Amino acid sequence: MLRYANPTRFLQLSSALVPWLGAASAALFAIGLYLGFRVPPDYQQGETVRVMFIHVPAAWTAMMGYGLMAAASLVGLVWRHPLADTAARAAAPLGALFTALGLVTGSLWGRPMWGAWWVWDGRLTSFLLLEFLYLGYIALWNAIEDETRAARVCAILALVGAVNLPIIEFSVDWWTTLHQGESILRKGGPLISSVYLWPLFTMALAYTFLFFTLWLLRIETEILRRRARNALLAEGP
Amino acid sequence: MSAILFRDVRLAARAGGSAMLALAFFAAVATLVPLGVGADLRLLAKIAPGVLWVAAVLAALLALDRLFQADFEDGSLDVVALAPPSLEATAFAKIAAHWLTTGLPLTLLSPLLAVMFGLETSGALFVSLLIGTPAVSAIGAIGAGLTLSIRRGGLILPLIVLPLLAPAVIFGAGAAQEVAGALPLLAAFSLVACVLSPFATAAAVRLNLGS
Repeated sequence: MLRYANPTRFLQLSSALVPWLGAASAALFAIGLYLGFRVPPDYQQGETVRVMFIHVPAAWTAMMGYGLMAAASLVGLVWRHPLADTAARAAAPLGALFTALGLVTGSLWGRPMWGAWWVWDGRLTSFLLLEFLYLGYIALWNAIEDETRAARVCAILALVGAVNLPIIEFSVDWWTTLHQGESILRKGGPLISSVYLWPLFTMALAYTFLFFTLWLLRIETEILRRRARNALLAEGP
Repeated sequence: MSAILFRDVRLAARAGGSAMLALAFFAAVATLVPLGVGADLRLLAKIAPGVLWVAAVLAALLALDRLFQADFEDGSLDVVALAPPSLEATAFAKIAAHWLTTGLPLTLLSPLLAVMFGLETSGALFVSLLIGTPAVSAIGAIGAGLTLSIRRGGLILPLIVLPLLAPAVIFGAGAAQEVAGALPLLAAFSLVACVLSPFATAAAVRLNLGS
C-alpha cells in the first residue's frame, strides 16, 4: 500500500487500473439496468420500484464517498502526504454529485409514491445536510489559495463533519419520530424480495466501480496538473 | 486565559462591539417573522420555539467571523499562540467570551420575545437557549478557525457551520417545546461540543498561522 504513496508509482498503477474499472463499471451498469427492467413491477409500488435501482446505490455511494474523503483527510493530516490531500479533494465533488443524484431520484420516486416532491423525512433531511457539508468543504477549499494549507484546513473540516454526521443522523431521526408520527412511510413495509436484490446489488457494484474510476481519474489529473504547473514555473516566463 | 476572556468580553461590550449588534439582529429577525406569517398569536406561539432558536443561531453566527479575525489581522494572535497557555486554552477562552457576549444576552432577551410571540411559559425556551447556545459558540469557533485566513471568510462560515448545528437546533427547539428527552440530549451535545471544539479550533488556527 505504502509503495503506491509515491505519485509516479501511483500514476502507473492507476492508469493501468482505470480502463478495467471503467469497463467493469459499464458492464455492471448494462447488466444491472437490464435486470432492473426485467423484474416484475412491485405489487404496491408498481413500475416506480425500478427507481430504487438507481436511487439506493447513489445514496450508498454518496456515504461511502464521505467515508473515503474523511479517511484520506485523516491520512493527509497525520502523515502530511500530498497524495492523500489530493485524494480527499478529488472525492468531494464526486460525493456531492452522488448525493445530489440520490436526492433527485428520491424526489422523483417520492412524487408518485408519497404524493409530494419533498417530504421532511429523516433520510431526506440528513442527506440534504450531507450535501451542504460537501458544498461547504468544496467552497472552503476553493477559498484558500495556498494549496497545502487548504488541504490541512479542509481535512479538519472533513473530520469534524465525520464526527458530527452520526449525531446529525441521530438527531434528524429523533426529530422525524417527533414531528411525523403519522408518517407517510409505511412502517414495516414489504421486505425486499430477492427478485429485487440482484439488480440492486449489481447496480451498487456498478456505482462503486464508477466512483473509483472517476476518483482515480481526478487524482491523476490533479497530479499531472501540479507537474505541469511546476514545469511551467521551472521554465520561467 | 482569563485575561483573554475579559479582554474579549470588554471589547464586545463596548460601543461598536458585537454584543449589542447580535442582540439587535436577534430582535429584528424575530420582528420580521410575524410580519411574514401574520399576526395570529396562536400560530406564532406554535412556531415561536423554532423561530427563536433559528434566530438565535443566526445572531450568534453574525459575530463569529470576528472571533479570531481582528487578532489575526493586527498580529496579536501570533503572540497569543506563542504565549505559555496552550492555544486550546485560548480557544476555550474565546468560545466562552463569545458565549458571554452573544449566547447569554440572547437567552436573557428571549423571555421578552416569548411574550411577544404569545408563549404562555417561556421557562423551557430560556433553559434550552441557556444550555444550547454554548454549543453554537463552540461549533462556530471551529468554523471561525477554519476560515481565518480567507479574506471574505464571513461568507463561507455559515455554509460550513449551519449543517453542523442541525442537532443543536433540533434538540434545542425540542427542549423549548418540552418534548421528553430533548433537554438531556441537548445538554449532551452542548457538553461534547464544548469539550472537543477547542482542540479542533486550535488545530485550525495553528494551520492558518502557518506554523
